[in-house]
Amino acid sequence: MNFNDTEQQAEFRARCSAWLKDNAQPKTSARNDKRYGKTDQKEFLKSALEWQKKKFDAGWAMLHWPKIYGGLEASPIERIIWGQEEAKFDVPWGVYEIGLGMAGPVMMQYATEEQKQRYLPPMAAGEEIWCQLFSEPSAGSDVAGLRSRAVQDGSDWIINGQKVWTSGAHFCDYGIIVVRHDPDVDKHAGMTFFFIDMKSPGIDIKPIKQITGGSSFNEVYFNDVRIPDSQRLGAVGDGWRVAITTLMNERLAVGDANGADATEAFKWAQKQDDHGQPLIQNRAVRESIADWYCQASGLKNTKLRTMSALSRGDTPGPEASITKVVSANKLQAVGNFGIDSLDMAGMLKTDDTDVHSFHDAWLGAPGLRIAGGTDEILKNIIAERVLGLPQDPRADKGVAFKDIPSGK
Amino acid sequence: MDAESDLDQDLWNQIVSMGWTGIRIPEQYEGLGLGHLELCVVAEELGRSLAPVPYSSSVYLFTEILVKFANEDIKKDLLPKLVTGECVGTLALTEQLYAPTEDNINTKVSNDLISGKKIAVPDANAATHAIVVCQGDKGIELRLIDLSVKNCVLEKQATIDDTRGYAAIEFNNAPSTLIGDAENGWSMLQNTLDQAAVLFSFEQIGGAQAALDMATDYAKHRFAFGRAIGSYQGIKHKLADMYIALTLAKSNTYYGAWALSTDSSELSVAAATARVSSTEAFKLCAQENIQTHGGNGFTWEYDCHMFYRRAKVLSLNIGSLAVWKEKLISGLEKSNLASAN
Repeated sequence: MNFNDTEQQAEFRARCSAWLKDNAQPKTSARNDKRYGKTDQKEFLKSALEWQKKKFDAGWAMLHWPKIYGGLEASPIERIIWGQEEAKFDVPWGVYEIGLGMAGPVMMQYATEEQKQRYLPPMAAGEEIWCQLFSEPSAGSDVAGLRSRAVQDGSDWIINGQKVWTSGAHFCDYGIIVVRHDPDVDKHAGMTFFFIDMKSPGIDIKPIKQITGGSSFNEVYFNDVRIPDSQRLGAVGDGWRVAITTLMNERLAVGDANGADATEAFKWAQKQDDHGQPLIQNRAVRESIADWYCQASGLKNTKLRTMSALSRGDTPGPEASITKVVSANKLQAVGNFGIDSLDMAGMLKTDDTDVHSFHDAWLGAPGLRIAGGTDEILKNIIAERVLGLPQDPRADKGVAFKDIPSGK
Repeated sequence: MDAESDLDQDLWNQIVSMGWTGIRIPEQYEGLGLGHLELCVVAEELGRSLAPVPYSSSVYLFTEILVKFANEDIKKDLLPKLVTGECVGTLALTEQLYAPTEDNINTKVSNDLISGKKIAVPDANAATHAIVVCQGDKGIELRLIDLSVKNCVLEKQATIDDTRGYAAIEFNNAPSTLIGDAENGWSMLQNTLDQAAVLFSFEQIGGAQAALDMATDYAKHRFAFGRAIGSYQGIKHKLADMYIALTLAKSNTYYGAWALSTDSSELSVAAATARVSSTEAFKLCAQENIQTHGGNGFTWEYDCHMFYRRAKVLSLNIGSLAVWKEKLISGLEKSNLASAN
């Protein structure tokens, strides 16, 4: 395995880096202020749109997409390199990722050619923002337990029900949605997939206030909302298969937890006092930081293995499946460490950038351990798909959806 | 494991006949003249099979020291014999019931004669020669000794892993030869240990993978309450945790191999990172393999305990987890880079 860029990759990386230097500011700390939900929302959306448009005009927005939809047909490895370089800069984050990462691929695979030409370029340019409407109050880890109903009415479908945890629903133009058209058949057979105009009459959006104080997610209510059948993606009853395509993309999109890491803990420990000594002299602290460093380095090197496989033309192994579960837990541990190192003062809100990043890590990590697959679901996936262990016996197989026990 | 011998002589003969003891020995001394990467591949397989052979001591430690630091006469004399198996080497370092440091080595050398006692010398059962870490007039010295000399008394020591022969060695004015110079013994040793850490890491990930495979296979075929125990999340999550630890360790170890093969300035930190993660991974996989096997895992018949024993011994062999975590952090302090991500 080679951990260096090839000549071609190094050249591509240099081009990415040069353009970024001309168009953005390098990050100065692990804290990512330019993230949706952190700052004034209107201003933020404006800056996110500007950044997306700038990238689109220069060709960086959707590198791997076909050229007719605004892409460059770049290789997967070039896409990774771009991501690595962009992550070094302080650029707006959190508005377009879901639409581009999840709605994009599903439209690419299931929409008509005419729809692709209509919707994909403005999606890539940031002019139209997309969201994903999957989770429901009673369908979290078990997304296929969703209950929002679709009833066909001529050339339309009428939607009633509720979605939840919809990122950015209140500023989105379109969404992808999976709903139940038939509760009388097996759970996975009764779903159908659509894309929907988020400005349709009958849609009511309420933001959810998170434990961080921010509001990145929403509840979305549907009251007799009409979707034309022409906006169906996949066949009637194929909703789960289409949704799985998206969820697989989500697992790639929700990767490394952003925020305070081993490096930040190390630098903090060098300057924080511990009984008159720098905290880094404390043996317990040294051991903890060594553990986090090994995890961070293990994730970085795992990505390099994936890159190495891609650059050889091989399919990457399942090793990337560990990324989120490791990084979200590490984030929580580093957040706890930083706050605890301040003793009682650790509870105080402050403008200090380092302390702030520990507070952010500690409050944000619980969400990251849940979003895009909980720790428990991800471990099930590793056990079942990677190690080949059998599934749990299930109470929802071979039963009509309406007869599945649902609790309260 | 019940056998009297702690060395599988047939296996060792095969390893020698395939030329594996000479992988890193230059062709002019009748070795294969290959790089560290080839050694990594062998190390992973030896770890997977829990081979009871003195490979790590003789090849990663003794041979590497000679190849890197010995003078031409010694190389000409010993390297070809290491290739043919006529000579097997080890490293005699530990003396106390705590970790060796530059300041606590009490084995003395004076006029080329060594006096003192080393304990837990790995693979001493098979070794014909040793590098002995000694306190000299100007500092730590690495000393080559022929273990057949009579003022050197070897006493076998029972260990928690009887598949490898450890011994205490007492030196009473035993004749020795200086390797390298007399001032930089400790830094030569550290460099050797950094390199060896990557190779030991390969043995560790090999062993961890075998333990995880064993646990996974058992979980698929052992039934309780009418279904495979691997269908219970309590077991699934345990095995997923083992897979996660092993994946991190593999990635860090592969990176360590790259740093080793390119003689990178990052070797010291990369080796410590590989070593710490591999030690953690093998520990977890070995102990949770027993747990997954339930009562069967606690019996002598099942191999689970052999992985458990080997994991512990490998984790101590070139310094404990605490020692390597400390090396990692002090390495970061030295480079002041700490940029893992």
